[in-house]
Amino acid sequence: MSIEGTLEVVDGGLGNQVQDAGRSGHRAIGVPVGGAADRMLLACANHLVGNAPDAAAIEMALAGPRLRAVSGTLRLALVGRVKASLLRPGAAPLEVGAWRTATLFPGDEIKLGGVEGVAYLAVSGGLRLPPCLGSRSTYLRARLGGVAGRALAAGDRLPCGPVAGDPLLEWRAEAAFTHPAGPLRVLLGPQQDHFTAAAIGSFLGAAYRVTRDADRMGLRLDGPPLQHDAARGADIVSDGIVPGAIQVPGNGQPIVLRADAQTSGGYAKIATVIAADLPRLGQLLPGQEVRFAAVDLAVARRAWREQQQALAEWRARIVSFRPAGVVDEAALYQANLVSGVLLASHAEGDRSLLPWEDGI
Amino acid sequence: MTTEFPELRALGDTAVTLRFGAGIDPAIHARVLGFARALEAHRAELPEVVEWLPTFDSVSVYFDPAVADPQATMDALQDIARRAGAEARPGRRWRIPVCFEADYAPDLAELAAAGGIGVGEAVRQLTTARLRVYMLGFLPGFPYMGGLPPGCDQPRRATPRTAVPARSLAAAAGMCAIYPWESPGGWHLIGRTPVRPFAIVDGEAPALFAAGDEVRLQAISGAEYEVLDREAESTGLARERFLERDGN
Repeated sequence: MSIEGTLEVVDGGLGNQVQDAGRSGHRAIGVPVGGAADRMLLACANHLVGNAPDAAAIEMALAGPRLRAVSGTLRLALVGRVKASLLRPGAAPLEVGAWRTATLFPGDEIKLGGVEGVAYLAVSGGLRLPPCLGSRSTYLRARLGGVAGRALAAGDRLPCGPVAGDPLLEWRAEAAFTHPAGPLRVLLGPQQDHFTAAAIGSFLGAAYRVTRDADRMGLRLDGPPLQHDAARGADIVSDGIVPGAIQVPGNGQPIVLRADAQTSGGYAKIATVIAADLPRLGQLLPGQEVRFAAVDLAVARRAWREQQQALAEWRARIVSFRPAGVVDEAALYQANLVSGVLLASHAEGDRSLLPWEDGI
Repeated sequence: MTTEFPELRALGDTAVTLRFGAGIDPAIHARVLGFARALEAHRAELPEVVEWLPTFDSVSVYFDPAVADPQATMDALQDIARRAGAEARPGRRWRIPVCFEADYAPDLAELAAAGGIGVGEAVRQLTTARLRVYMLGFLPGFPYMGGLPPGCDQPRRATPRTAVPARSLAAAAGMCAIYPWESPGGWHLIGRTPVRPFAIVDGEAPALFAAGDEVRLQAISGAEYEVLDREAESTGLARERFLERDGN
């Protein structure tokens, strides 16, 4: 059975935009890679609906959107610190948590609530918006990708790709995918020689607080000022940047660059967050405290492989379930119970009270 | 302590920056571009290399995050960098129309005065200068151009503007640039061009300029600017008309 349809944005919410793995290959012309702020959670959301891990999905950062299925059948997966209500015509609203799928039929709506950090809403088949420079990622600064290069707005139509699947079978993760706790791991440099030994010690020893100055490009931290080496100073001849690079301007307060980091910059970089910890940067909130720990290249690479392994293990524990109230028609026919009475006996509103039935 | 070039420094665990000298200088930049060209030639041997970004005196090389042994890749890059020569082939040459009238160049009079010259002399210097595109960055298609004439060279503005109009020609600290979009900015606004530095059009590179290109500026009137700007908006301006022919 094929699942394919179109979503319409009823309310754009705040801070919601289409993201995928980003557009690499264009840094030389000043185009940042961008892409999902938390690539692990994007992959989780996509795995739940059976997509490739990097398919385009909705990244939510403040207040989630309200979406309506306008045609076809759609399966959504919700991942992250967010909740939603499922609104089916003629039924009471149904609260839906994250880490599971929900199937929408024409007229059904899903209303996402407040989001902590970043959360993802993936759709079966992925969002089929026109790619821009090889990606559907929204890059607001240059208005590239997504829906006309901007955040979601009421009236936007989001076509979703076709996938094979049983619309009566939902999927859920046995547990949330969690990031490691502890200090953010960094490789020192590339310009650690622009800092005093005391500054390196402070950077690796003290706690820094995330300020309100935080967006997809980066976040400013507040903590003990990091002093530059008197001879070398804070400025460098602009060189290449990568998400995770930690710049320190003249005031000594570090700036951690995130997914939409510009391609180049002229401040000395004291350290660079390792690839495995980049998803954690996407989840940082103003007021939160962060610490840094220096690791070497071998440790950084091992952490990356372990993270891929953890994702594969998480994925292996996705199970299907038959949501209460939705009846397996084939089973009904086999059992000669086709009466319609059963269908009516399970109101939509009762669903959350009933246990999930695992199919696998 | 002297640094030996090319110098290699890890940029996290999935990228590296190779420096070919210190500072903004055409000879160092030629080595940067020479390495970029050598990298292109060796691309097939380095499937883990996704892309590279040439800057003023360095090239950052970005790996696939699944790269198994970044140290081996860095060693291979260091080897290519040691053997690569300077880029000898000149870049493309552009002649870009710019309106220097006061409405389009709000900071030109002040900048010229600070340099001890009049606006007329500033425009003469700007239109005879050969600017070199060192790199693109800050915004997609934003060209950092060196070779700013001395009379027009001042530090950045003390207070940056919250909105620099799109396609402004801006100058500061020995550099000038053209803003592809409206953006905050701290450079002095000394003119405006109707030419779009970045556009996504089928069959064309998105960015007008590339590192290594030479740019000369041609003064146009406000009326000419408006005609060209309308044309750019409706049908687009063919880029070839701004390319210099050989022998010019």
